[in-house]
This record gives sequence, C-alpha cells and structure tokens, in this order.
Amino acid sequence: MTTAGQGEAKAASHGTTSLWDAAEARQIMETYRGLDGALMPILHALQERFGYVDDAAVPDLADLLNLSRAEVHGVITFYHDFRRTPPARHALHLCRAEACQSVGARALEAHVKRKLGVDYHHQTPDGRWSLGAIYCLGNCACGPSALIDGETVGRLTPEKLDALMREAEAGRLEAAE
Amino acid sequence: MSAVRVYVPGDSSAVAVGANRVAHALERLAREKKVEIEIVRNGSRGLYWLEPMVEVTTSEGRIAYGPVAPGDLAGLFEAGFLSGGQHALRLGRPEDIPFLKNQERLMFARCGITDPLSVEEYRAHGGFRGLAKALRMQPQEIVSEVTESGLRGRGGAGFPTGIKWKTVLETKAERKYIVCNADEGDSGTFADRMIMEGDPFLLIEGMTIAGIATGATKGFIYIRSEYPDAFRQMGRAIEIARNTGYLGPNVLGSGKAFDLETRLGAGAYICGEETSLLESLEGKRGVIRFKPPLPAIKGLFGQPTVINNLLSFASVPVIMDDGANFYKNYGTGRSRGTQPFQLAGNVKQGGLIEKAFGVTLKELIYDFGGGTLSGRPVRAVQVGGPLGAYLRADQLDIPMDYEAFAAVKAMLGHGGIVVFDDTVDMAQQARFAMEFCAVESCGKCTPCRIGSTRGVEVIDRIIADQDRAKNLRLLDDLCETMVDGSLCALGGLTPFPVQSAIRYFPEDFDKPSRKAAE
Ligand SMILES: Cc1cc2nc3c(=O)[nH]c(=O)nc-3n(C[C@H](O)[C@H](O)[C@H](O)COP(=O)(O)O)c2cc1C
Ligand code: SF4
Ligand code: FES
Repeated sequence: MTTAGQGEAKAASHGTTSLWDAAEARQIMETYRGLDGALMPILHALQERFGYVDDAAVPDLADLLNLSRAEVHGVITFYHDFRRTPPARHALHLCRAEACQSVGARALEAHVKRKLGVDYHHQTPDGRWSLGAIYCLGNCACGPSALIDGETVGRLTPEKLDALMREAEAGRLEAAE
Repeated sequence: MSAVRVYVPGDSSAVAVGANRVAHALERLAREKKVEIEIVRNGSRGLYWLEPMVEVTTSEGRIAYGPVAPGDLAGLFEAGFLSGGQHALRLGRPEDIPFLKNQERLMFARCGITDPLSVEEYRAHGGFRGLAKALRMQPQEIVSEVTESGLRGRGGAGFPTGIKWKTVLETKAERKYIVCNADEGDSGTFADRMIMEGDPFLLIEGMTIAGIATGATKGFIYIRSEYPDAFRQMGRAIEIARNTGYLGPNVLGSGKAFDLETRLGAGAYICGEETSLLESLEGKRGVIRFKPPLPAIKGLFGQPTVINNLLSFASVPVIMDDGANFYKNYGTGRSRGTQPFQLAGNVKQGGLIEKAFGVTLKELIYDFGGGTLSGRPVRAVQVGGPLGAYLRADQLDIPMDYEAFAAVKAMLGHGGIVVFDDTVDMAQQARFAMEFCAVESCGKCTPCRIGSTRGVEVIDRIIADQDRAKNLRLLDDLCETMVDGSLCALGGLTPFPVQSAIRYFPEDFDKPSRKAAE
C-alpha cells in the first residue's frame, strides 16, 4: 500500500481547507494507522484535509499509536511543514537558499515583505496571505523560485511574482495541473 | 496521418516556468486546427535554460523548440513545427545541442526521452536488463560486482556502496530494509527529482537489485515534501511496476519478493542525514542517532538496512547490465563512473550535466554553462550544497573528484554547483550559512544549536565593524568548537562555507574600513 494522495501537503495550505472536524480527523487516522511509521503519513493527511493539525488531534493520535502526548506534540513541532493554526487564504513561500540568492532572491524578499507588510512566518492582518521561507525547491536552474498555494514557480521578478499572486487571488493560478 | 507525438516536459522545474500552460494551450490550438497530436509529458532533458522545451517527432528524428511560451504556439503552428518547420525557437535535434552532445549519460540515458510511466518504453531503452541479470546471479556476486565497479555513495560522503551492501548481506535478520534517501535538500541540486519525475522505473530497478543482493524484501523511498510531483509520480510508477510483475511477492517469476512504499518528509533539512531520516521514517522527530550501530547492522525499526542516496541506486542497473569494468572505465583516481552534476544559480545555461568524474569545474561552468546569466564575472562558486566550501574564480581548474575537493577543504557532496557573480556579498553568504544551521539544527548538540545562532550575531558585528579583529577571532573559535563538538555534519561542516568565505574573500568582511579609506 502506498500513501497515495499525500503529495498535496504543501498544496493543502490553501483553498481546500475547512473547519476542524474531530470525527473526520479520526477517520483519517484510521485510514493510515496500519502503515509502518504511521504518524507522519497521518499528520500529512490531516494537514492536507484541514490545512493544519489542530491540538485536539494530539490525544487521539497518542491513544491510537500508543505514544505519549508529549511524543506526538514533539513530532508536530519538530517539522517545519506542520502548522498548528489554520492557514491564511493563500500561502507564499519564498526560496531563501543559495542558488536563488545568486539570481536575486534577496531583492525579491525585500519586495514581498514591503508589499505584504509582514515578515516570514506571519500572515497579513486580513488573513489573505501568509509568508513562509523555504530552502530549495529543486528548481535551482530556473530561480528565483517560490511556492504559491503549493505550486512551484520560477524565473521570478517582482513584477512576475505580483502577477502570479493576483492570479492566485482570482483563483486561476495555473502552474501545475 | 497518425497523430504526431509532441513532448512537453512534466518535470516540475519545466512546469514552474510554464510547461503546463504550454501543454494546455497546445491541446486547445490543435483541437481548433483539427490536427491530431499526442502529447507526452516526458521528463526534462536537463537543458533548463531552454525549458519549456517542446519536442516533435519527425522523419528526421525529434526536433526541439524552446523556450516556448504559450504565446509562441500560434506562430509555431504557422511555421509547421509539427513537421520540424523553421522558427526562431527551433533548436534542431536535441542530441546535437553541444550541452547534451558532450555529456556521458549512463544514469540519465532515458530521462527526457521516454514516457516516464511506460514500462514498454523503459524496456525498449535498456531498462530492467540489469535486474534480469541480477536475478540470475548469487547475492554475493551482485555485491561483488557493485564493489568492483568502484561506485561510491552519491549522497555526499562517498562511502563505497558495495561495502555497505556486503554488511547488510552478511548480517542475519528476519527482516531487512532498503531505504532510498530522496531528501535532496542541498541548494543547487535536482538530479534525484529529475529521475523520480522523468525515469522512475530506474529507481525501482536499482532498489530491487539492492533487495535481491542483500536479502531485503521491503523498501522505502523517503521523498522531501518540497517535491510533491515526484512523490506522486513515484507512487504511480510503483503501482505500475506491481501490476506488471516487477514488484511484489514474486519479482519477474523469480520466487523472490520485493516491494516498495513512498514516504513524505516534512520540511526538515536534517532528515537527509541517514539516521535522522530513519527516525523520521519510524514516525519520530528527526533527531540524529549515535553511530555505531551502523544502519547496515541496526537501521530501520532496528533491522539491517541499506540506506543510499537515490543516485547510488540509479547507478546500479547500468553496472549490472554493462558490468563493473565498463562502469569503472569512466572516472579518475578513486572517483569512478559518472556523476550527474547540477549547474545552478547565476549561470547562462543551467541544468544537468552527467560526466565522468575528472571534468573540471571550469569546464562545467564555462564550456557547458556559458558563464554567468548576468554576463558579469564569476566571483564565487559553492559546490556540494549549503555545507560546501565557497571557491574563488581562480580555483576553478579543480577536477570534479572526491579527493581533489577534500584536499582544499571542500566537498563534491551531491554534485550541486551554485555560481555567483561579482555582486555577491560573501559576508552575507557566511551569515546565511550560520543562519541555515540554526534553522535546521536537530537540537542535540549545543555547538550546533547555540553556536550557529551566536555565529550569526558575531558575523553581524563584523559586518557592522564592531571590534572586527576580536570578533573574527571569536568566529574562528566558534567554528572550531562546532567542528569538534558536533555529532553530525550539519554542525560539523557549517564552518566550511563560513571559513572559506573569510579565507578567500577577506575584503568582504572589511567593508566599513575599506569605505573609510576610499
Ligand atoms: C545534514 C545532512 C544532510 C544530508 N542530506 C542528504 C540528502 O538530502 N540526501 C542524501 O542522499 N544524503 C544526505 N546526507 C548524507 C546521508 O547521511 C548519507 O550519507 C547518505 O544517505 C548515504 O547514502 P550514499 O552512501 O548512497 O551516499 C546528509 C547528511 C547530512 C549530515
Ligand atoms: S550537529 Fe546539529 S544537526 Fe547534527 S546532531 Fe548535532 S545538533 Fe543535531
Ligand atoms: S535554491 Fe531555490 S530552488 Fe533550489
């Protein structure tokens, strides 16, 4: 059994999210509990469905997988991907790594911070955008790169990024299928 | 006339610069014009400055056009590109483009050429021959062949792959595992991703051979979450391999079992380190384990485990098929075979260059890469990811060889090359190295966890010209403490980019006083 359908972890930070539903969360946990090392696949599946992993999931996960709550909490907080609060409507992650730096990532970062008025790991006050940092998307020959609502975009300039963000806001960002 | 085959890469880097938009527009236009086409989403050939690179099948072979934007398509149709017509974007036959022509593609022999999910095409291009051969051999013979080839791990440390496999083969256990490290976290690298997206059966074949060679029946591929497309593609390929008898309880009717599962990382660079990766696979925090025991003896779930980089596994089918002697004829010194070098950053022609070890950094950057994208002089080059040393423009004659790099306190790592022009500020690069270590530290050792944060502060003071001499000494001490007191290479190697930046680019750490002097 492969963990099909779990490739959307980052894509899940937008659009498809809804309020936390404990019953549905438990169903998701059941689906993946049989996997070896089930905790990570379950956390990805929860985040894919709800956009974050609510603290309410911790005791259920601990019971299900025979772990302490501290262990479950430790895993959720160790990994940069897992969010414990609902996401903004749209997520922008800028690549901060070296190959992107060499083609203007720092200038792009300054532009975005000015435009959104927030620093990394924050959301705009209107809840429209969150700004995250990411370290390499494997798009290093076509940088600078970013992830917009889970889609990798490359060869960015401030103008091109602005246009892509407008597309995302209008719900018609078409980078991947 | 039957449908013309048109290739539009589904590779995520090609997609990031518009390949899906091109594919959709192409479909629409062909329908409007009532032309029958068959669009294949191939992998990338690795000529990234030309992506999206569209190829059509003609009587003279495949003809490429690129980089294609959706707006170019109307003109391309007008030029008759479906039969190879003239157009400003016409590149001719891809294999005649010098960047590709001058490579030695063993591992990347198929990537970009075949339909990535077609078993038939994989086989037609030499796929699964290595596995068929391995199934007729004794496990010891397979391991000897791999050892004999001189193959060294492509994940960074360059450990002989055959020796690792031998340990697992000789360790008795109920269960053994094969784990593929597809965490590929180094900036400037994308070869693992290209294989997963563009030639996924190659990885399946390599891992299956490892299973047959060591007596392991189960494998996991740990893929970073930044690669969702690769994750999905591997899942599909595994499903297909299972349905066609290449994976499962009876691999190709041999009576031997081997199966694979994929797992997704969660945005932690440290999980590329093998013991941290195993912890993560077990569903835990990715904290480094003490070694010994080696994973080969006590690895995943306490069982003997082969853990290799994706490119190490992907090298094995060719070694089995063409033999250790064929493979080891490529290369230089103790670096045998070919390596997919990844040329990235500020370079005119970035992409994937598979070459025998021994090619120089200069040849890769200038002959293949064509110099910087900005047209300004090259000033610094970082090889081997965020823990690799920075080199100066006058050091580029160095051959790509593990020992040659070690001799100048640098490393080849996973083969990533990041080029910077003369606008780079090396004090900022040194600061970033420390900051990255602080962000990604697993937290187990104080020198790494706390030292890196101190490092950022000290570099900030140097940049601000506060007690420069004293702070430079302090930074040096801090680096020594990190080298000596870190359990793994994150804390242990972060000083290399920092100290190389200071050693080779001292003027960047002395800006205020230079300004004053001007
Ligand atoms: C901080 C750190 C990050 C690493 N990241 C990776 C990685 O992303 N991919 C990889 O294959 N090896 C990585 N390694 C090396 C692995 O620990 C290990 O050496 C490798 O998986 C062994 O496979 P090989 O012998 O085929 O190279 C990393 C090591 C360290 C210390
Ligand atoms: S050096 Fe850093 S990352 Fe490595 S084990 Fe120590 S704290 Fe963890
Ligand atoms: S460094 Fe930005 S995509 Fe690799």
